Amino acid sequence: MRLSTTVNGEPVIREIEPRTLLVHFLRDDLGLTGTHWGCDTSNCGTCVVWLDGEPVKSCTVLAAMTGGHEVRTVESLEKDGVLDPVQQGFMECHGLQCGFCTPGMLMTARALLDRDPDPSEATIREAISGQICRCTGYTSIVHSVQWAADHPAGAPGDTVAAEDAAADEPAPQPVGGAS
Amino acid sequence: MTIAPEAPHATHRRREFTDNDGHPVGYGRMLRKEDPRFVRGQGKYVDDVVLPGMLHLAILRSPVAHARILSIDTSAAEAHPKVKAVVTGADLAKQGLAWMPTLSNDVQAVLVTDKVRFQGQEVAFVVAEDRYSARDALELIDVEYDVLPAVADVRNALAPDAPVIRDDLDGKKDNHCFDWETGDEAATAKVFDEAQVKVTQDMVYPRVHPAPMETCGCVADFERVAGKLTLWCTSQAPHAHRTLYALVAGIPEHKIRVISPDIGGGFGNKVPIYPGYVCSVVASIVTGKPVKWMEDRAENLISTGFARDYVMRGEIAATKDGRIQAIRTNVLADHGAFNGTAAPVKYPAGFFGVFTGSYDLDAAYCKMTAVYTNKAPGGVAYACSFRITEAVYLVERLVDCLAYELKMDPAELRRKNFIRPEQFPYTTQTGWVYDSGEYERTLDKAMELADYAGLRREQAQRREHGELMGIGMSFFTEAVGAGPRKDMDILGLGMADGCELRVHPTGKAVVRLSVQSQGQGHETTFAQIVAEELGIPPEDIDVVHGDTDNTPFGLGTYGSRSTPVSGAAAALVARKVRDKARIIASGMLECSIADLEWEKGSFHVTGDPTQSVTIQDIAMRAHGAGDLPEGLEAQICYNPENLTYPFGCYICVVDVDPGTAVVKVRKFVAVDDCGTQINPMIIEGQVQGGCAEGVGMALMQMIAFDEDGNCLSASFMDYLIPTALEVPHWINGSTVTPSPHHPIGAKGVGESATVGSPPAVVNAVIDALAPFGIRHADMPLTPSRVWDAMQGHPTPSF
Ligand code: FES
Ligand code: FES
Repeated sequence: MRLSTTVNGEPVIREIEPRTLLVHFLRDDLGLTGTHWGCDTSNCGTCVVWLDGEPVKSCTVLAAMTGGHEVRTVESLEKDGVLDPVQQGFMECHGLQCGFCTPGMLMTARALLDRDPDPSEATIREAISGQICRCTGYTSIVHSVQWAADHPAGAPGDTVAAEDAAADEPAPQPVGGAS
Repeated sequence: MTIAPEAPHATHRRREFTDNDGHPVGYGRMLRKEDPRFVRGQGKYVDDVVLPGMLHLAILRSPVAHARILSIDTSAAEAHPKVKAVVTGADLAKQGLAWMPTLSNDVQAVLVTDKVRFQGQEVAFVVAEDRYSARDALELIDVEYDVLPAVADVRNALAPDAPVIRDDLDGKKDNHCFDWETGDEAATAKVFDEAQVKVTQDMVYPRVHPAPMETCGCVADFERVAGKLTLWCTSQAPHAHRTLYALVAGIPEHKIRVISPDIGGGFGNKVPIYPGYVCSVVASIVTGKPVKWMEDRAENLISTGFARDYVMRGEIAATKDGRIQAIRTNVLADHGAFNGTAAPVKYPAGFFGVFTGSYDLDAAYCKMTAVYTNKAPGGVAYACSFRITEAVYLVERLVDCLAYELKMDPAELRRKNFIRPEQFPYTTQTGWVYDSGEYERTLDKAMELADYAGLRREQAQRREHGELMGIGMSFFTEAVGAGPRKDMDILGLGMADGCELRVHPTGKAVVRLSVQSQGQGHETTFAQIVAEELGIPPEDIDVVHGDTDNTPFGLGTYGSRSTPVSGAAAALVARKVRDKARIIASGMLECSIADLEWEKGSFHVTGDPTQSVTIQDIAMRAHGAGDLPEGLEAQICYNPENLTYPFGCYICVVDVDPGTAVVKVRKFVAVDDCGTQINPMIIEGQVQGGCAEGVGMALMQMIAFDEDGNCLSASFMDYLIPTALEVPHWINGSTVTPSPHHPIGAKGVGESATVGSPPAVVNAVIDALAPFGIRHADMPLTPSRVWDAMQGHPTPSF
């Protein structure tokens, strides 16, 4: 079938098999490999993208269902060479290790902050509870989202304030003596 | 591997150290060099590799656990218009490829030839033009199975009438796999005979699965003309894999290149060579095209490296006032259908021998019997440091059982029995030489961070109101950094690691590692190690890893061995370069070598700091004209003298709902001592991730089977993994007791938390249930198991 949709702001027209899952369409047909696939049962959330501004699990959406709608993926978060505050927050607060869950987490986090610019820890945990991270234990992801909430304009250039650093890190230690 | 250009904001701030010009150098909290690509969705994982003309492979798996194959009809699948090849075990057997060696010197079927030995075993594969067609064609293969009774419960494996699983092995008449013992049986028996207090506890450490978010897979590309195989693979050990492919497939080793690109989590799941990889290699050879295979989640959970599966009887002997004298254990180990354990050859039970824990004992003994069952092969995986998870769980549960019987505070019982600082290096009753430790300091720090005394007071009050609050502690000692080549090898490959360092003329550098990151942040940590030694900013050091054509030989990343082994190699290779730089500096400054002093990043003449040259000056000079030694590069291989022994104290606080038996982890304090810290942010991150996994193992995760050997945990609907809602806000702390034999004193930390956290959580739940008179219940402590325990029948079950 012929699919006509919009992905990251660009119109896309492709011939696809009707059964093609959105995650495979994005990855295999469009080469947008930032969206990942991690389970068979809609449990892991590594595949989260936006459909008309709402986070969806792209393994559970047929590509055909996006016809006439708008899809956004992690690749669209950076704008004009400037990272979205959630991307910066994940780097600043070590919200990722292997990076496999990260694109999905970032899309959910951005959607959350658009809805609720100052979410509580409980709200953040609830928002990402449909997604699994095996590496971080989630606390650093919560911190990352909070960082983004605290820096709605991001931190252009090298001006990430020293006060942020002071707030969440131990005092300098001599070599081998960090505690 | 390439590193994406850094974002404008990705500069690596927040470091504590600077070189002479104020540039940051060396250890300390530093943002990760790999993150700019990951947050943009530009990580390159195996499934992101796309090659021209690439085909897709899918594997047909057995729906039953034990069955003879009567016939396989592939004709309909072959007729599928998009199918390029269908291959069965019989086809592989003709090439001598139907069986492959496991990492434990057993053999494993690549594709079934005679009979299926576990549910999910590989029966045939299809290669097709796209993913969907390959899967469609699997449906068209017709297999006739003659189903046999299965051995699913390890406790029945040695029954006289148990069906023999491994009849492929010559003369095999039972399901016995191996026996192993350690310690002194007679001396231990004597202590037990005379002991004032003896406690025996049976416990099951159930089968669990690491389930990294990225499943296993590969892209095999065999170029016929060059005769060269390139394999992009989810491998934690690319060099070891290359050698094994050379041995199994007969491709000359210099014609094999294994690339582990970005890996979406490993935790041990990506150490073994799986049949799917071998099938993909065969498929690429047969079709002459690149072939991709990515397993789905069900395949990952039912067929790849599981962990644990130990049925243990533990005994502890002590005096009435709580001095622990001996520990004895008897273990029945389930190794599945093939012994696929990835452990050093002389250690069939991994490092389970450290079950004596952090305590100064008079005697210890372990007897283990390992058996085959109709379950997936594996045995060592899942961040266990070669079975130390099981050992620490055993000893830390036993200590709590003893505290329960003696009515002593578990923290004080531990304190009383610790190996004391002056006893290090300490040889345990099972022969392990612990390098360094100051346990009481770490215990004190954890108790202070958790406000242990305050928690006990709160608990007493809550108990008066019928509330079930529990406080659990574990104190673990790990043994990591395998290992000394004299003792340790995997299939004959010694467990040393190479490292190569080149400083370019302008003073930038590239360091090449034999280990490989699955999220641990090696591109950052290893740059910091070299930076610390050479005084070059970490930003100026590129880390190359995960590509056998471009890195020196070494055994890879698992068992928390990267920093203890490869980290030592990185430091030593940098020192070797520094020694060479010193010679060049003496030429440049026209003084003798002995008159030069090193200050991070430069040499100066003793007594005259104005007479100095920087490492960058030296690098340029080393590549210039003249008669000074040329170039600034070196290569070494590091053979560790001993393992390193990180340790830590974890305290967990839970609330159990008396009405629903749901366990809520309210607070968790983890104090780790991994020796010298390179990047505290990365250390803390790894500990937090491991603690979450530990909560999962203690409360949720189990790979369960029914009596026919059907796997009941084949998806994330049934194999429950903690989300952000099941884990608390972690509280971390650390102490630093450097390793005396490691060049930078670092001990490794990757698996400390998965080793230390499960007993802390279980001890907390059991403590909460104290009003019910319960001393033990088996993991995972799901609401139904806790409820059963509260009703007076804690049922260890599978
Ligand atoms: S791939 Fe797991 S939820 Fe979509
Ligand atoms: S960073 Fe690895 S799964 Fe989240």
